[in-house]
Amino acid sequence: MPAGLYHENYRSDERIFQTWFVRIWLIAFLLVCALFPLFASKYMISTMIEVGIAIIACHGLNLLTGFTGQISLGHAAFMGVGAYTSSILVSHGVPFSVSLACAGAMAALIGMIFGIPSLRLRGLYLAMATIAAQFIIEFTIRRWDKLTGGVEGMYVEPGTLGPFHFDDRIHLYYLTFGLAVVVTMATKNIIRARSGRAFVAIRDRYLAAEVIGVNLFKYRLLSFAVASFFAGIAGALMAQYLEVITHESFTISQSIDYLAMCIVGGLGHLLGGFFGVGFWFILERILEVVTTTLNSAYPDHVTWFVSIREIVFGLVIILFLIFEPDGLAARWRTIRAYWKLWPFSY
Amino acid sequence: MQSEFFFFMQFLVTGLSMGSIYALVALGFVLIYKSTSILNLAQGEFMMVGAYICLSMTLDFGLNFFASFIITMFFSVILGLAVERLVLRPLIGEPIISIIMVTLGLTYILRGLVIMLWGNDIRQFNIFPEQPIDLWGVKVTYLYLWSMGISLALLTFFAVFFKYARTGVFMRAVADHQAAAQSMGISVKRVFAISWCIAAVVSSIGGILIGNIGGVGVELSHLGLKVLPAVIFGGLDSILGAIIGGLIVGILEFLSAGYLDPYIPAINEVFPFIVMVLVLMIKPYGLFGIEEIERV
Repeated sequence: MPAGLYHENYRSDERIFQTWFVRIWLIAFLLVCALFPLFASKYMISTMIEVGIAIIACHGLNLLTGFTGQISLGHAAFMGVGAYTSSILVSHGVPFSVSLACAGAMAALIGMIFGIPSLRLRGLYLAMATIAAQFIIEFTIRRWDKLTGGVEGMYVEPGTLGPFHFDDRIHLYYLTFGLAVVVTMATKNIIRARSGRAFVAIRDRYLAAEVIGVNLFKYRLLSFAVASFFAGIAGALMAQYLEVITHESFTISQSIDYLAMCIVGGLGHLLGGFFGVGFWFILERILEVVTTTLNSAYPDHVTWFVSIREIVFGLVIILFLIFEPDGLAARWRTIRAYWKLWPFSY
Repeated sequence: MQSEFFFFMQFLVTGLSMGSIYALVALGFVLIYKSTSILNLAQGEFMMVGAYICLSMTLDFGLNFFASFIITMFFSVILGLAVERLVLRPLIGEPIISIIMVTLGLTYILRGLVIMLWGNDIRQFNIFPEQPIDLWGVKVTYLYLWSMGISLALLTFFAVFFKYARTGVFMRAVADHQAAAQSMGISVKRVFAISWCIAAVVSSIGGILIGNIGGVGVELSHLGLKVLPAVIFGGLDSILGAIIGGLIVGILEFLSAGYLDPYIPAINEVFPFIVMVLVLMIKPYGLFGIEEIERV
């Protein structure tokens, strides 16, 4: 009896769920998620919606940055494109399902336009191009008052999809949950397929990839398109969640936050999105509690605690990069490998 | 006709003086990039920290401007050294994304510390006299003249420094080829530390100057990103490029404010970035940057 996982052909090696154990756990996890609204408070449901949206966005960013190696500092801006596209369409009477697809498509289109420089640029220079994208999109949202409501923001009409009305948080939760599952499956399948292998080849050594026949421009643009599509979907959900959107919902700090979540979780791992988002939100909630406690304990020094969040997150980013650059996903892998053969690890 | 010319000159002069400050900050970017291949996205926060220290020395501790300026420079050197030693040195040899993100993490920490220490309000310096002087019909404030003068003096100083001073030559050598420089007996680590110090110093001077113009606030940190177009325009690894890029971006910003504003309001906020995207698409390594040639 083999004491491990042995693959005898490529088919079994590439299977999504490698063992029954994984499959059972996954089904249990999905069941818990599906039954979650029955016993959770309103606050918890809202938090979980935020988590779901962040996971969708992070999967996109992870495909772009983690798998294709293209740094993007404009992810939140692409979410903004999706958010405004969907809410403008819904307010003109377009059905929500169509507007959701359009949000993704529009974000993908804009993402591809800003991805064009990736034909010639790498690394730093591409990061610069995405920073420029962030600022230009933010500026457009802020100044094109007729379309976006400008600085005052825009009221988002709640969408309806069949029996679901998304002004109800529980319905929105199920939408986010469903889309997060779909996006995760899509990401997993993109990674497994030809395009995913091309992405990884480009990331690891793009000259070699080009030599063995990977069309660099096509796949770089494709990864921009897919990442921005996911961002657009996440943005449309975000608009439904926030109810009023302004340019301040999609600033460069949000872009940095998403990138930080991906790094903390693990760039280039599918699980990285989940770990990173989970870590981020748990830390955020803990810090909220800490700040309020400190504020009530020392009411004279409230100004000291305003920026605790920023300082801690900055430290988290730096410490992770120095001590665990592969993120929590890699740590998870080592822990799992350790327990697999425990207590006979030799 | 006459007034139109003055209108143009007004924006040109203002743009030039703003551009000379940009050039100073761009110099900080380029110095670090050239010797260590790190793009320090926390440059704007360095500016902010410098401006705040100088401000609090003059206003809260009542020192005169010159003394607080010296103290600020001292703190900037310490900041530069600390950042290089604690944050960037452990990351030598890591991929670019780590280095970009680590400097972004630094921006969070520095901004948080500044808010913690000095709060969120915009404060004013009021050191230079308010009323503008008339230069052949073009109105210029003393402040703009001073910033242009200081920036140009510093830029000249660094041009001479890199050409003739021993340390300057070391720095150019390390930028050119690290291993070769090392084998000639140059301490690469020391050069890295010196570049970070100089970058912190020049950007805090830039921060003090800009703080005098628009007040000192947390918004100052965004100016660091605003200088990026200048750096890209000139080429990331060219000191001459940083100076020319800074001037051009300053002029572009104010000319677009003057001429395009009626059509698209406040276009000047984003105009440098539009130019940057175009530069990246057409001539990605900037005007004076060294093009990387890749072979299999």
